[in-house]
Amino acid sequence: MSSTPPGTPVRAVRRLEPAALAGVMTRDIVLFGRYWKATTFSSIVQPTIYLLAFAAGIGALVNRVGHVPYLDYVATGVVATAVLFSSAFPGMFNTFVRWRFQRTYDALLAAPVDVEELVTAEVLWISLRAGVYGLAPILVGIVFGLHPAVGMLLVVPIGFLTGFGFAAFGVLLAAIAKTIDNFNYVTSAVLTPMFLVAGTFFPITSLPAGIRVVARFNPLYHCVQLVRDASLGSLGVADLAHAGVLALFAIVMWRLAIWRLGKRLID
Amino acid sequence: MQPPAIAIRGAHKRYGEITAVNGLDLEVPAGVCFGLLGPNGAGKSTTMRLLTAQSLADEGEITVLGHTLPAQSKQARMQMGVVPQLDNLDIELTCRQVLSVFARLYRVARHERHAAIARALAIANLTARADTRVSELSGGMRRRLLVARGLIHQPRLVLLDEPTVGLDPQIRQELWSLIDSLRSAGVTMLMSTHYIEEAERLADVVAVMSAGRVIAQGTPAELTLAHAGERVVEVYGTPERLAEVGELAAARGWSSRRSGPAVAIMHAESLGEEVPDGTTRPANLEDAFVALTGEEIE
Repeated sequence: MSSTPPGTPVRAVRRLEPAALAGVMTRDIVLFGRYWKATTFSSIVQPTIYLLAFAAGIGALVNRVGHVPYLDYVATGVVATAVLFSSAFPGMFNTFVRWRFQRTYDALLAAPVDVEELVTAEVLWISLRAGVYGLAPILVGIVFGLHPAVGMLLVVPIGFLTGFGFAAFGVLLAAIAKTIDNFNYVTSAVLTPMFLVAGTFFPITSLPAGIRVVARFNPLYHCVQLVRDASLGSLGVADLAHAGVLALFAIVMWRLAIWRLGKRLID
Repeated sequence: MQPPAIAIRGAHKRYGEITAVNGLDLEVPAGVCFGLLGPNGAGKSTTMRLLTAQSLADEGEITVLGHTLPAQSKQARMQMGVVPQLDNLDIELTCRQVLSVFARLYRVARHERHAAIARALAIANLTARADTRVSELSGGMRRRLLVARGLIHQPRLVLLDEPTVGLDPQIRQELWSLIDSLRSAGVTMLMSTHYIEEAERLADVVAVMSAGRVIAQGTPAELTLAHAGERVVEVYGTPERLAEVGELAAARGWSSRRSGPAVAIMHAESLGEEVPDGTTRPANLEDAFVALTGEEIE
Protein backbone atom coordinates (compact mmCIF):
# COMPACT_ATOMS: atom_id res chain seq x y z
CA MET A 1 0.00 0.00 0.00
CA SER A 2 3.02 2.27 0.05
CA SER A 3 2.73 3.32 -3.59
CA THR A 4 -0.15 5.49 -4.75
CA PRO A 5 -3.06 3.10 -5.14
CA PRO A 6 -5.70 3.52 -7.84
CA GLY A 7 -8.67 5.60 -6.74
CA THR A 8 -6.66 8.24 -4.94
CA PRO A 9 -4.89 10.11 -7.70
CA VAL A 10 -2.93 13.19 -6.76
CA ARG A 11 -4.82 16.09 -8.23
CA ALA A 12 -5.21 19.79 -8.07
CA VAL A 13 -7.94 20.86 -5.71
CA ARG A 14 -10.76 23.11 -6.75
CA ARG A 15 -13.13 24.89 -4.46
CA LEU A 16 -16.52 23.30 -3.87
CA GLU A 17 -15.60 19.97 -5.40
CA PRO A 18 -18.70 18.07 -6.52
CA ALA A 19 -17.28 14.83 -5.06
CA ALA A 20 -16.98 16.40 -1.60
CA LEU A 21 -20.47 17.89 -1.77
CA ALA A 22 -21.87 14.57 -2.97
CA GLY A 23 -20.09 12.72 -0.16
CA VAL A 24 -21.52 14.93 2.56
CA MET A 25 -24.96 14.88 0.97
CA THR A 26 -24.88 11.10 0.65
CA ARG A 27 -24.70 10.99 4.41
CA ASP A 28 -27.69 13.32 4.68
CA ILE A 29 -29.67 11.28 2.19
CA VAL A 30 -28.95 7.99 3.98
CA LEU A 31 -29.97 9.57 7.28
CA PHE A 32 -33.08 10.99 5.65
CA GLY A 33 -33.97 7.44 4.67
CA ARG A 34 -34.19 6.79 8.40
CA TYR A 35 -36.09 9.88 9.40
CA TRP A 36 -38.14 10.93 6.40
CA LYS A 37 -41.44 9.97 7.99
CA ALA A 38 -41.01 12.10 11.09
CA THR A 39 -39.40 14.97 9.19
CA THR A 40 -42.06 14.98 6.51
CA PHE A 41 -44.86 14.68 9.02
CA SER A 42 -43.75 17.71 11.02
CA SER A 43 -42.92 19.72 7.93
CA ILE A 44 -46.36 19.17 6.48
CA VAL A 45 -48.61 19.00 9.50
CA GLN A 46 -47.46 22.18 11.18
CA PRO A 47 -48.16 24.53 8.26
CA THR A 48 -51.35 22.64 7.53
CA ILE A 49 -52.59 23.39 11.00
CA TYR A 50 -51.81 27.07 10.52
CA LEU A 51 -53.51 27.00 7.17
CA LEU A 52 -56.66 25.33 8.41
CA ALA A 53 -56.88 27.34 11.61
CA PHE A 54 -56.50 30.68 9.88
CA ALA A 55 -58.60 29.78 6.86
CA ALA A 56 -61.43 28.56 9.08
CA GLY A 57 -61.07 31.16 11.84
CA ILE A 58 -60.15 34.38 10.06
CA GLY A 59 -61.71 33.15 6.82
CA ALA A 60 -65.12 33.26 8.55
CA LEU A 61 -64.59 37.00 9.15
CA VAL A 62 -62.62 37.95 6.05
CA ASN A 63 -63.66 36.90 2.59
CA ARG A 64 -60.87 38.36 0.57
CA VAL A 65 -57.64 40.26 0.87
CA GLY A 66 -57.70 42.64 -2.06
CA HIS A 67 -59.09 40.47 -4.80
CA VAL A 68 -57.63 37.24 -3.44
CA PRO A 69 -59.90 34.78 -1.61
CA TYR A 70 -58.66 34.36 1.97
CA LEU A 71 -58.01 30.61 1.62
CA ASP A 72 -55.80 31.27 -1.41
CA TYR A 73 -54.12 34.10 0.45
CA VAL A 74 -53.22 31.94 3.45
CA ALA A 75 -52.38 28.78 1.50
CA THR A 76 -49.81 30.65 -0.58
CA GLY A 77 -48.56 32.57 2.44
CA VAL A 78 -48.03 29.50 4.61
CA VAL A 79 -45.59 28.13 2.01
CA ALA A 80 -43.06 30.56 3.46
CA THR A 81 -43.81 29.28 6.97
CA ALA A 82 -43.29 25.69 5.84
CA VAL A 83 -40.02 26.61 4.16
CA LEU A 84 -38.83 28.54 7.21
CA PHE A 85 -39.57 25.69 9.60
CA SER A 86 -38.01 23.06 7.39
CA SER A 87 -34.83 25.05 6.81
CA ALA A 88 -33.94 27.24 9.81
CA PHE A 89 -34.59 24.52 12.40
CA PRO A 90 -32.54 21.77 10.72
CA GLY A 91 -29.88 24.40 10.04
CA MET A 92 -29.65 25.19 13.75
CA PHE A 93 -30.25 21.85 15.42
CA ASN A 94 -28.66 19.41 12.95
CA THR A 95 -25.54 21.51 12.80
CA PHE A 96 -25.26 21.90 16.53
CA VAL A 97 -25.95 18.25 17.32
CA ARG A 98 -23.65 16.88 14.62
CA TRP A 99 -20.86 19.22 15.47
CA ARG A 100 -21.00 19.35 19.25
CA PHE A 101 -22.59 16.07 20.34
CA GLN A 102 -21.88 13.56 17.59
CA ARG A 103 -18.53 15.02 16.44
CA THR A 104 -19.58 14.21 12.89
CA TYR A 105 -17.95 17.33 11.50
CA ASP A 106 -14.63 16.35 13.05
CA ALA A 107 -14.84 13.07 11.16
CA LEU A 108 -15.81 14.75 7.89
CA LEU A 109 -13.08 17.39 8.10
CA ALA A 110 -10.42 14.74 8.63
CA ALA A 111 -11.42 13.49 5.17
CA PRO A 112 -10.72 15.64 2.11
CA VAL A 113 -13.61 18.01 2.73
CA ASP A 114 -13.23 21.62 3.78
CA VAL A 115 -15.58 23.81 5.79
CA GLU A 116 -16.88 25.57 2.72
CA GLU A 117 -17.89 22.26 1.15
CA LEU A 118 -19.30 20.94 4.39
CA VAL A 119 -21.54 23.95 5.00
CA THR A 120 -22.58 24.20 1.36
CA ALA A 121 -23.54 20.53 1.16
CA GLU A 122 -25.54 20.64 4.38
CA VAL A 123 -27.34 23.83 3.36
CA LEU A 124 -27.98 22.53 -0.16
CA TRP A 125 -29.56 19.38 1.15
CA ILE A 126 -31.77 21.18 3.65
CA SER A 127 -32.93 23.73 1.09
CA LEU A 128 -33.72 21.11 -1.56
CA ARG A 129 -35.91 19.42 1.01
CA ALA A 130 -37.44 22.73 2.08
CA GLY A 131 -38.31 23.54 -1.52
CA VAL A 132 -40.28 20.32 -1.82
CA TYR A 133 -41.94 20.72 1.56
CA GLY A 134 -43.00 24.21 0.48
CA LEU A 135 -45.46 22.52 -1.84
CA ALA A 136 -47.36 20.97 1.08
CA PRO A 137 -49.55 24.00 1.94
CA ILE A 138 -50.35 24.43 -1.75
CA LEU A 139 -51.48 20.81 -2.00
CA VAL A 140 -53.54 21.11 1.16
CA GLY A 141 -54.98 24.38 -0.19
CA ILE A 142 -55.94 22.62 -3.40
CA VAL A 143 -57.82 20.00 -1.40
CA PHE A 144 -59.78 22.84 0.20
CA GLY A 145 -60.51 24.71 -2.99
CA LEU A 146 -57.37 26.54 -4.11
CA HIS A 147 -57.33 26.55 -7.90
CA PRO A 148 -54.32 24.55 -9.25
CA ALA A 149 -52.03 26.44 -11.61
CA VAL A 150 -48.81 25.67 -13.45
CA GLY A 151 -47.10 28.61 -11.74
CA MET A 152 -47.36 26.70 -8.45
CA LEU A 153 -44.46 24.53 -9.61
CA LEU A 154 -42.29 27.59 -9.11
CA VAL A 155 -42.90 27.13 -5.40
CA VAL A 156 -40.12 24.51 -5.38
CA PRO A 157 -37.34 26.79 -6.67
CA ILE A 158 -38.64 29.73 -4.63
CA GLY A 159 -38.72 27.52 -1.53
CA PHE A 160 -35.23 26.29 -2.35
CA LEU A 161 -33.85 29.81 -2.64
CA THR A 162 -35.54 30.95 0.56
CA GLY A 163 -34.62 27.75 2.35
CA PHE A 164 -30.99 28.13 1.34
CA GLY A 165 -30.81 31.49 3.11
CA PHE A 166 -32.59 30.28 6.21
CA ALA A 167 -30.68 27.00 6.42
CA ALA A 168 -27.44 28.98 6.25
CA PHE A 169 -28.87 31.39 8.83
CA GLY A 170 -29.48 28.35 11.07
CA VAL A 171 -25.91 27.12 10.57
CA LEU A 172 -24.64 30.59 11.43
CA LEU A 173 -26.67 30.57 14.64
CA ALA A 174 -25.38 27.10 15.52
CA ALA A 175 -21.83 28.37 15.04
CA ILE A 176 -22.52 31.28 17.40
CA ALA A 177 -24.62 29.46 20.03
CA LYS A 178 -22.90 28.48 23.25
CA THR A 179 -25.49 25.89 24.23
CA ILE A 180 -28.42 24.37 22.43
CA ASP A 181 -30.79 26.31 24.72
CA ASN A 182 -29.66 29.52 23.08
CA PHE A 183 -31.89 28.63 20.14
CA ASN A 184 -34.95 29.38 22.30
CA TYR A 185 -34.10 33.08 22.13
CA VAL A 186 -33.89 32.94 18.37
CA THR A 187 -37.10 31.00 17.98
CA SER A 188 -39.14 33.35 20.16
CA ALA A 189 -37.52 36.66 19.33
CA VAL A 190 -36.61 36.25 15.67
CA LEU A 191 -38.33 33.41 13.87
CA THR A 192 -41.83 33.78 15.33
CA PRO A 193 -42.19 37.51 14.55
CA MET A 194 -40.61 36.85 11.19
CA PHE A 195 -43.23 34.43 10.02
CA LEU A 196 -46.09 36.46 11.50
CA VAL A 197 -44.97 39.74 9.95
CA ALA A 198 -44.40 38.50 6.43
CA GLY A 199 -47.77 39.01 4.81
CA THR A 200 -48.62 35.40 5.50
CA PHE A 201 -51.92 35.80 7.29
CA PHE A 202 -52.60 39.50 6.73
CA PRO A 203 -51.06 42.10 4.44
CA ILE A 204 -48.19 44.06 5.93
CA THR A 205 -49.94 47.22 4.70
CA SER A 206 -52.30 46.82 7.63
CA LEU A 207 -49.36 47.18 10.03
CA PRO A 208 -48.17 50.49 11.53
CA ALA A 209 -45.79 52.36 9.23
CA GLY A 210 -42.64 51.58 11.26
CA ILE A 211 -43.23 47.85 11.35
CA ARG A 212 -44.19 47.91 7.68
CA VAL A 213 -40.73 49.20 6.84
CA VAL A 214 -39.08 46.54 8.99
CA ALA A 215 -41.21 43.85 7.36
CA ARG A 216 -39.78 44.74 3.97
CA PHE A 217 -36.40 43.63 5.26
CA ASN A 218 -37.86 40.28 6.21
CA PRO A 219 -36.79 37.73 3.57
CA LEU A 220 -39.94 35.74 4.29
CA TYR A 221 -42.04 38.67 3.15
CA HIS A 222 -40.37 38.47 -0.25
CA CYS A 223 -40.85 34.72 -0.34
CA VAL A 224 -44.56 35.15 0.42
CA GLN A 225 -45.00 37.74 -2.32
CA LEU A 226 -43.14 35.67 -4.86
CA VAL A 227 -45.06 32.46 -4.08
CA ARG A 228 -48.39 34.26 -4.15
CA ASP A 229 -47.68 35.96 -7.44
CA ALA A 230 -46.39 32.73 -9.01
CA SER A 231 -49.29 30.64 -7.74
CA LEU A 232 -52.06 33.11 -8.51
CA GLY A 233 -50.72 34.06 -11.91
CA SER A 234 -49.77 37.62 -11.13
CA LEU A 235 -45.99 37.59 -11.61
CA GLY A 236 -44.59 41.00 -12.49
CA VAL A 237 -41.48 43.11 -12.50
CA ALA A 238 -41.66 43.59 -8.72
CA ASP A 239 -41.07 39.86 -8.35
CA LEU A 240 -37.59 40.22 -9.79
CA ALA A 241 -36.82 42.44 -6.82
CA HIS A 242 -38.31 39.88 -4.43
CA ALA A 243 -36.15 37.15 -5.99
CA GLY A 244 -33.14 39.46 -5.81
CA VAL A 245 -33.62 40.03 -2.09
CA LEU A 246 -33.89 36.29 -1.47
CA ALA A 247 -30.77 35.62 -3.51
CA LEU A 248 -28.86 38.30 -1.65
CA PHE A 249 -30.03 36.95 1.69
CA ALA A 250 -28.98 33.44 0.64
CA ILE A 251 -25.52 34.50 -0.48
CA VAL A 252 -24.81 36.64 2.58
CA MET A 253 -25.97 33.98 5.03
CA TRP A 254 -24.06 31.27 3.17
CA ARG A 255 -20.77 33.18 3.36
CA LEU A 256 -21.35 34.18 6.99
CA ALA A 257 -22.15 30.59 7.97
CA ILE A 258 -18.95 29.30 6.32
CA TRP A 259 -16.86 32.02 7.92
CA ARG A 260 -18.28 31.60 11.40
CA LEU A 261 -18.39 27.82 11.53
CA GLY A 262 -14.91 27.71 10.03
CA LYS A 263 -13.64 29.80 12.93
CA ARG A 264 -15.12 27.30 15.36
CA LEU A 265 -14.17 24.07 13.58
CA ILE A 266 -10.60 24.91 12.61
CA ASP A 267 -8.61 26.27 15.52
CA MET B 1 15.45 6.34 0.16
CA GLN B 2 11.84 7.52 0.12
CA PRO B 3 11.05 11.02 1.34
CA PRO B 4 9.53 11.10 4.82
CA ALA B 5 5.77 10.62 5.10
CA ILE B 6 5.58 13.42 7.63
CA ALA B 7 8.00 16.24 8.33
CA ILE B 8 7.28 18.82 11.01
CA ARG B 9 9.82 21.54 11.72
CA GLY B 10 9.62 24.07 14.50
CA ALA B 11 5.86 23.83 14.98
CA HIS B 12 4.20 25.94 17.65
CA LYS B 13 0.54 25.93 18.58
CA ARG B 14 -0.87 28.06 21.35
CA TYR B 15 -4.42 28.17 22.68
CA GLY B 16 -4.59 31.37 24.66
CA GLU B 17 -2.28 30.90 27.62
CA ILE B 18 -1.61 27.26 26.89
CA THR B 19 1.15 26.22 24.52
CA ALA B 20 0.11 22.79 23.29
CA VAL B 21 2.90 22.31 20.78
CA ASN B 22 6.14 24.06 21.54
CA GLY B 23 8.87 23.81 18.93
CA LEU B 24 7.98 20.38 17.64
CA ASP B 25 10.33 18.66 15.19
CA LEU B 26 9.17 15.30 13.90
CA GLU B 27 10.08 13.18 10.92
CA VAL B 28 8.13 10.02 10.18
CA PRO B 29 9.83 7.80 7.57
CA ALA B 30 7.68 5.99 5.05
CA GLY B 31 6.80 2.39 5.80
CA VAL B 32 7.16 2.35 9.56
CA CYS B 33 4.79 2.31 12.48
CA PHE B 34 5.81 5.41 14.36
CA GLY B 35 4.73 5.77 17.96
CA LEU B 36 4.20 9.15 19.55
CA LEU B 37 4.43 8.40 23.23
CA GLY B 38 3.72 10.94 25.90
CA PRO B 39 1.70 11.67 29.01
CA ASN B 40 -1.70 13.32 28.74
CA GLY B 41 -1.28 16.94 27.80
CA ALA B 42 2.05 16.41 26.02
CA GLY B 43 0.57 17.74 22.77
CA LYS B 44 -0.05 14.46 20.93
CA SER B 45 -3.64 15.13 19.95
CA THR B 46 -2.82 18.68 18.87
CA THR B 47 -0.06 17.25 16.68
CA MET B 48 -2.60 14.92 15.10
CA ARG B 49 -4.97 17.83 14.45
CA LEU B 50 -2.16 19.83 12.90
CA LEU B 51 -1.57 16.97 10.45
CA THR B 52 -5.15 17.08 9.17
CA ALA B 53 -5.15 20.91 9.23
CA GLN B 54 -8.01 20.88 11.73
CA SER B 55 -5.64 22.99 13.79
CA LEU B 56 -3.40 25.54 12.16
CA ALA B 57 0.12 25.98 13.52
CA ASP B 58 1.11 29.45 14.70
CA GLU B 59 4.65 28.82 13.46
CA GLY B 60 6.60 26.09 11.74
CA GLU B 61 6.53 24.00 8.60
CA ILE B 62 4.49 20.87 8.13
CA THR B 63 4.71 18.55 5.16
CA VAL B 64 2.55 15.45 4.79
CA LEU B 65 3.18 13.05 1.90
CA GLY B 66 5.01 15.81 0.10
CA HIS B 67 2.16 18.31 0.49
CA THR B 68 2.75 21.52 2.39
CA LEU B 69 0.15 22.28 5.05
CA PRO B 70 -2.19 24.00 5.44
CA ALA B 71 -2.36 25.13 1.79
CA GLN B 72 -2.29 21.60 0.36
CA SER B 73 -3.92 19.81 3.25
CA LYS B 74 -6.77 18.52 1.14
CA GLN B 75 -4.41 16.71 -1.21
CA ALA B 76 -2.69 15.24 1.82
CA ARG B 77 -5.98 14.15 3.36
CA MET B 78 -6.93 12.35 0.11
CA GLN B 79 -4.06 9.92 0.71
CA MET B 80 -4.26 9.77 4.47
CA GLY B 81 -6.57 7.80 6.76
CA VAL B 82 -7.50 9.09 10.20
CA VAL B 83 -8.61 7.00 13.16
CA PRO B 84 -9.75 9.45 15.83
CA GLN B 85 -9.40 9.13 19.55
CA LEU B 86 -13.09 9.82 20.15
CA ASP B 87 -15.68 7.70 18.42
CA ASN B 88 -17.37 9.95 15.86
CA LEU B 89 -19.26 7.32 13.89
CA ASP B 90 -22.77 8.00 12.70
CA ILE B 91 -24.62 5.70 15.05
CA GLU B 92 -27.77 5.67 12.91
CA LEU B 93 -26.00 4.23 9.89
CA THR B 94 -25.01 0.64 9.21
CA CYS B 95 -21.35 -0.32 8.84
CA ARG B 96 -21.77 -0.51 5.09
CA GLN B 97 -23.41 2.92 4.94
CA VAL B 98 -20.65 4.50 7.04
CA LEU B 99 -18.03 3.05 4.69
CA SER B 100 -20.03 4.04 1.63
CA VAL B 101 -20.20 7.68 2.74
CA PHE B 102 -16.46 7.78 3.37
CA ALA B 103 -15.67 5.95 0.12
CA ARG B 104 -17.34 8.86 -1.66
CA LEU B 105 -15.62 11.45 0.51
CA TYR B 106 -12.28 9.85 -0.30
CA ARG B 107 -13.11 9.86 -4.02
CA VAL B 108 -13.02 6.11 -4.43
CA ALA B 109 -14.22 5.64 -8.01
CA ARG B 110 -17.77 4.36 -8.37
CA HIS B 111 -16.77 1.02 -9.88
CA GLU B 112 -14.23 0.43 -7.10
CA ARG B 113 -16.48 1.35 -4.19
CA HIS B 114 -18.14 -2.00 -3.71
CA ALA B 115 -14.81 -3.82 -3.57
CA ALA B 116 -13.31 -1.13 -1.30
CA ILE B 117 -16.15 -1.50 1.20
CA ALA B 118 -15.88 -5.29 1.14
CA ARG B 119 -12.14 -5.09 1.70
CA ALA B 120 -12.43 -2.63 4.60
CA LEU B 121 -15.11 -4.79 6.23
CA ALA B 122 -12.85 -7.82 5.87
CA ILE B 123 -9.81 -6.04 7.36
CA ALA B 124 -11.89 -5.02 10.38
CA ASN B 125 -13.48 -8.46 10.60
CA LEU B 126 -16.93 -6.92 10.28
CA THR B 127 -18.16 -8.61 7.12
CA ALA B 128 -20.88 -10.44 9.03
CA ARG B 129 -21.96 -7.14 10.57
CA ALA B 130 -22.04 -5.13 7.35
CA ASP B 131 -25.71 -4.30 7.66
CA THR B 132 -25.80 -3.83 11.42
CA ARG B 133 -26.42 -0.32 12.66
CA VAL B 134 -23.48 1.26 14.48
CA SER B 135 -25.60 1.82 17.59
CA GLU B 136 -25.99 -1.97 17.88
CA LEU B 137 -22.28 -2.77 17.64
CA SER B 138 -20.10 -3.62 20.63
CA GLY B 139 -17.39 -1.18 21.68
CA GLY B 140 -14.69 -3.29 20.05
CA MET B 141 -16.59 -3.52 16.77
CA ARG B 142 -17.10 0.24 16.72
CA ARG B 143 -13.38 0.75 17.17
CA ARG B 144 -12.63 -1.65 14.36
CA LEU B 145 -15.14 0.15 12.16
CA LEU B 146 -13.34 3.42 12.89
CA VAL B 147 -10.15 1.79 11.63
CA ALA B 148 -11.93 0.37 8.57
CA ARG B 149 -13.32 3.82 7.80
CA GLY B 150 -9.81 5.25 7.84
CA LEU B 151 -8.60 2.54 5.45
CA ILE B 152 -11.42 2.65 2.89
CA HIS B 153 -9.28 4.40 0.27
CA GLN B 154 -6.07 2.39 0.87
CA PRO B 155 -4.24 5.38 2.29
CA ARG B 156 -0.48 5.73 2.13
CA LEU B 157 -0.46 7.03 5.68
CA VAL B 158 -2.71 6.31 8.65
CA LEU B 159 -2.98 8.49 11.74
CA LEU B 160 -4.11 6.65 14.85
CA ASP B 161 -4.85 8.95 17.77
CA GLU B 162 -4.80 6.97 21.01
CA PRO B 163 -6.37 3.99 19.23
CA THR B 164 -7.10 1.97 22.36
CA VAL B 165 -7.70 4.62 25.00
CA GLY B 166 -10.41 3.62 27.45
CA LEU B 167 -10.86 0.14 25.99
CA ASP B 168 -11.14 -3.17 27.83
CA PRO B 169 -7.94 -5.24 27.73
CA GLN B 170 -9.59 -7.77 25.44
CA ILE B 171 -10.70 -5.15 22.93
CA ARG B 172 -7.27 -3.59 23.12
CA GLN B 173 -5.77 -6.92 22.06
CA GLU B 174 -8.14 -7.03 19.08
CA LEU B 175 -7.06 -3.56 18.02
CA TRP B 176 -3.41 -4.39 18.48
CA SER B 177 -3.58 -7.38 16.17
CA LEU B 178 -5.40 -5.22 13.62
CA ILE B 179 -2.71 -2.54 13.78
CA ASP B 180 -0.03 -5.20 13.68
CA SER B 181 -1.45 -6.62 10.47
CA LEU B 182 -1.42 -3.14 8.91
CA ARG B 183 2.18 -2.76 9.91
CA SER B 184 3.02 -6.07 8.27
CA ALA B 185 1.28 -4.82 5.13
CA GLY B 186 3.70 -1.89 5.03
CA VAL B 187 1.23 0.92 5.76
CA THR B 188 2.95 3.98 7.22
CA MET B 189 1.36 4.75 10.56
CA LEU B 190 1.67 7.49 13.11
CA MET B 191 0.15 6.33 16.36
CA SER B 192 -0.15 8.49 19.42
CA THR B 193 -0.47 6.72 22.72
CA HIS B 194 0.11 7.14 26.40
CA TYR B 195 0.31 3.40 26.93
CA ILE B 196 3.91 2.27 27.12
CA GLU B 197 2.99 -1.30 26.30
CA GLU B 198 1.21 -0.19 23.15
CA ALA B 199 4.22 1.73 21.89
CA GLU B 200 6.58 -1.07 22.85
CA ARG B 201 4.52 -3.74 21.10
CA LEU B 202 3.52 -1.93 17.94
CA ALA B 203 5.93 0.87 17.13
CA ASP B 204 9.09 0.43 15.07
CA VAL B 205 10.23 3.87 16.17
CA VAL B 206 9.07 5.78 19.23
CA ALA B 207 9.28 9.52 19.79
CA VAL B 208 8.77 10.55 23.39
CA MET B 209 6.80 13.78 23.66
CA SER B 210 6.68 16.05 26.65
CA ALA B 211 5.42 19.61 27.02
CA GLY B 212 4.80 20.04 23.31
CA ARG B 213 8.05 18.72 21.84
CA VAL B 214 9.92 15.52 21.14
CA ILE B 215 12.52 14.88 23.83
CA ALA B 216 13.87 11.54 22.62
CA GLN B 217 13.51 9.24 19.68
CA GLY B 218 14.58 5.75 18.69
CA THR B 219 13.49 2.14 18.60
CA PRO B 220 12.05 0.97 21.92
CA ALA B 221 15.30 -0.97 22.50
CA GLU B 222 17.47 2.07 21.73
CA LEU B 223 15.47 4.32 23.99
CA THR B 224 15.60 1.81 26.78
CA LEU B 225 19.34 1.35 26.49
CA ALA B 226 20.05 5.07 26.23
CA HIS B 227 17.88 6.22 29.10
CA ALA B 228 17.58 3.25 31.46
CA GLY B 229 20.59 1.13 30.56
CA GLU B 230 20.68 -2.64 30.38
CA ARG B 231 19.55 -3.47 33.84
CA VAL B 232 17.59 -1.94 36.66
CA VAL B 233 17.97 -2.77 40.30
CA GLU B 234 14.84 -2.58 42.40
CA VAL B 235 15.36 -2.03 46.11
CA TYR B 236 12.50 -2.99 48.43
CA GLY B 237 12.15 -2.02 52.03
CA THR B 238 10.47 0.16 54.63
CA PRO B 239 9.49 3.70 53.68
CA GLU B 240 12.55 4.93 55.60
CA ARG B 241 14.85 2.59 53.70
CA LEU B 242 13.30 3.67 50.39
CA ALA B 243 13.79 7.34 51.28
CA GLU B 244 17.42 6.61 52.16
CA VAL B 245 18.03 4.81 48.85
CA GLY B 246 16.34 7.69 47.03
CA GLU B 247 18.66 10.19 48.69
CA LEU B 248 21.71 8.09 47.93
CA ALA B 249 20.69 7.89 44.27
CA ALA B 250 20.18 11.63 44.14
CA ALA B 251 23.52 12.30 45.80
CA ARG B 252 25.35 10.01 43.37
CA GLY B 253 23.46 11.40 40.40
CA TRP B 254 21.91 8.01 39.56
CA SER B 255 18.76 7.94 37.55
CA SER B 256 16.08 6.43 39.77
CA ARG B 257 12.34 6.30 40.26
CA ARG B 258 9.74 5.08 42.67
CA SER B 259 8.23 1.93 41.25
CA GLY B 260 5.37 0.68 43.42
CA PRO B 261 6.81 -0.51 46.72
CA ALA B 262 10.42 -0.17 45.51
CA VAL B 263 12.98 2.31 44.30
CA ALA B 264 14.27 1.40 40.86
CA ILE B 265 17.78 2.50 39.94
CA MET B 266 18.57 2.63 36.24
CA HIS B 267 21.87 1.74 34.52
CA ALA B 268 22.57 -0.81 37.25
CA GLU B 269 25.26 -2.43 35.10
CA SER B 270 27.50 0.64 35.33
CA LEU B 271 27.07 1.77 38.92
CA GLY B 272 29.85 -0.23 40.55
CA GLU B 273 29.79 -1.63 44.08
CA GLU B 274 27.90 1.16 45.77
CA VAL B 275 24.58 -0.09 44.40
CA PRO B 276 22.32 -1.20 47.24
CA ASP B 277 21.18 -4.79 47.34
CA GLY B 278 18.03 -5.50 45.47
CA THR B 279 16.42 -7.39 42.64
CA THR B 280 17.99 -6.92 39.26
CA ARG B 281 15.82 -7.08 36.15
CA PRO B 282 16.22 -6.01 32.50
CA ALA B 283 15.47 -2.34 31.87
CA ASN B 284 12.35 -1.58 29.83
CA LEU B 285 10.74 1.27 27.92
CA GLU B 286 8.74 2.31 30.97
CA ASP B 287 11.98 2.94 32.89
CA ALA B 288 13.28 5.02 30.01
CA PHE B 289 10.02 6.90 29.75
CA VAL B 290 9.97 7.81 33.41
CA ALA B 291 13.63 8.77 33.31
CA LEU B 292 12.86 11.05 30.37
CA THR B 293 9.60 12.66 31.42
CA GLY B 294 9.70 12.30 35.17
CA GLU B 295 6.16 11.02 34.96
CA GLU B 296 4.73 7.69 35.95
CA ILE B 297 2.11 6.62 33.47
CA GLU B 298 -0.21 3.74 32.79
